[in-house]
Amino acid sequence: MDLFEIRFHGRGGQGAVTGAKILGDATRLEGKHFQAFAHYGAERRGAPVMAFTRVADEAIRIHSYIYEPEAIVVLDETLLENPTVKAGLKDGIFLVVNTPRLPGEIKLPVKAKIATVDATKIALDEGILVAGIAVVNTIMLGAVVRATNIASIESVKKAIRKGLEGLPDKVIETNVEAAQRAYNELNMGYSL
Amino acid sequence: MSKIISVTGNHSASWAARTAIPAVIAAYPITPQTTIVEKIAEFVENGELKSEYVRVESEHSAMAACIGASALGLRTFTATSSHGLALMHEMLHWAGRSRLPIVMPVVNRSLGPPWNIWSDHTDTMSQRDTGWIQLYASNNQEVYDTVLMLFRLCEDPKVLLPGMVALDAYILSHTFTSIEVYEHDEITDFLPSYEAGHWKLDPKDPMATGNIAGPEYYYELSYAIHEGFEAARKLIPKVEADFKKHFGRDHGQFINEYHCDDAEVILIALGTMGEEAQLAVDELRNEGVAAGSARLRVFRPFPAEQIQALAKKAKAFVVIDRSLSYGHLGGAATEIRSALYRGGQTIPVQGVIAGLGGRDVRHTDIKKMFKIGFDVADKGEAKPDIFYGLKR
Repeated sequence: MDLFEIRFHGRGGQGAVTGAKILGDATRLEGKHFQAFAHYGAERRGAPVMAFTRVADEAIRIHSYIYEPEAIVVLDETLLENPTVKAGLKDGIFLVVNTPRLPGEIKLPVKAKIATVDATKIALDEGILVAGIAVVNTIMLGAVVRATNIASIESVKKAIRKGLEGLPDKVIETNVEAAQRAYNELNMGYSL
Repeated sequence: MSKIISVTGNHSASWAARTAIPAVIAAYPITPQTTIVEKIAEFVENGELKSEYVRVESEHSAMAACIGASALGLRTFTATSSHGLALMHEMLHWAGRSRLPIVMPVVNRSLGPPWNIWSDHTDTMSQRDTGWIQLYASNNQEVYDTVLMLFRLCEDPKVLLPGMVALDAYILSHTFTSIEVYEHDEITDFLPSYEAGHWKLDPKDPMATGNIAGPEYYYELSYAIHEGFEAARKLIPKVEADFKKHFGRDHGQFINEYHCDDAEVILIALGTMGEEAQLAVDELRNEGVAAGSARLRVFRPFPAEQIQALAKKAKAFVVIDRSLSYGHLGGAATEIRSALYRGGQTIPVQGVIAGLGGRDVRHTDIKKMFKIGFDVADKGEAKPDIFYGLKR
């Protein structure tokens, strides 16, 4: 496999970086190499942030930024109009969005493979909240792997358990189940 | 048992400390080094690392505490970055001139003003003459491995010098990858416990250190430090070979060469740019172009002979520096030209300044620098140093 690069768009405090790292870990469990990193600037809660996962079969020697990712993951649909989401688009790109809308309702200027899931509703249903706000980073990983096939849902579950180590077991299992729900409930505007 | 963990470059350094078990760690947090010492504090708090963790009020004090601890004959560790390293400057000389084998990861970050927290090698280049061994890492595993190698190298009775390993801010410090780590018991064959065989402070057997040495002694003591670096130069290949024997990895000793043997142009870079340059070489080789890259891993002791040998293979060098000595050149280009002149070699060396303050340098950029290098090789003469990507 050539490089597969994923860009997460979220808001400060939503756990985009943790999500990018757990996804990387899931690919590692399947023998892949990965990098996970953020775009560091003046972070603050609520501001648009980006995180990245870079996956490859071989040891990764690239250390520069990601400009034209294979997949974009949007944790907060209010960011869809943000110019950073539109940067580096190319035909065939995967776009996975947390939204109650269906893929056909989302427009992009390229031929994208669009998938949607209402991760916020799942978070509210399952009680995955921090300070009263729905946290969707781990939930969206279930959607990402279904949409892109970059790892199996089983590996994502293992990686979530490892990534959230230290939290109460019940919290961890709730996150795992929520990721499975997102996997099951994903609306795909294309077939793999 | 060794295990694979997913960690940032900073936590790779923390884990290396955890594996080596320094007796004393004294450090002050600074962006982007902070998570190194936070993690170590957590290890100590949880009882996973039996080190004395000394909290201090500045980097100057951190290094002073390390000097005190190391002078007691104890394995000693700290970490810093940028302005923190600059604030340590006086104490860096003290550590080097006292021949104390303190090991310190330094996260390469620019100096202000203006405030900028991104990668730039000017901070470590500015400490060239402090009597510290200096290496540059290109990935998280190398950060971990190099800390262990540095303890072995620095604590050797023939060397007895402090050593720093530099890692690029964010590009490594805050980027997660998987690395292999070991428990302390698994590394003791490679890195035995440290016994200070020279001198040490001991309240039961009082002595003084750091006294006055007049003009009749000082010069010889300076030369003795130089000899320590020459001993390190001899030992580095041995340490790296031994590391490979124990753990199955090496990182290229002084210079990590990639397709250099039949290269017309060799591009030299440090840290992560040195590793990314390999992708530019791959692309050029696919196009039938004889490109090679050399990652300068050890900066002090400077591998002059290896640079001279490398020059015999190529028609021209391109040297990328993520640092600038204002009014002259980049740190590595200066040293490389000096080494070649001393070796009587005259191949052109094209200096390129790039990536200052964290400006992204991609393998596609490096490919363009190679193109300049081939032009230089054809003409047999380097252009004035290039400020790549400068916006004017």
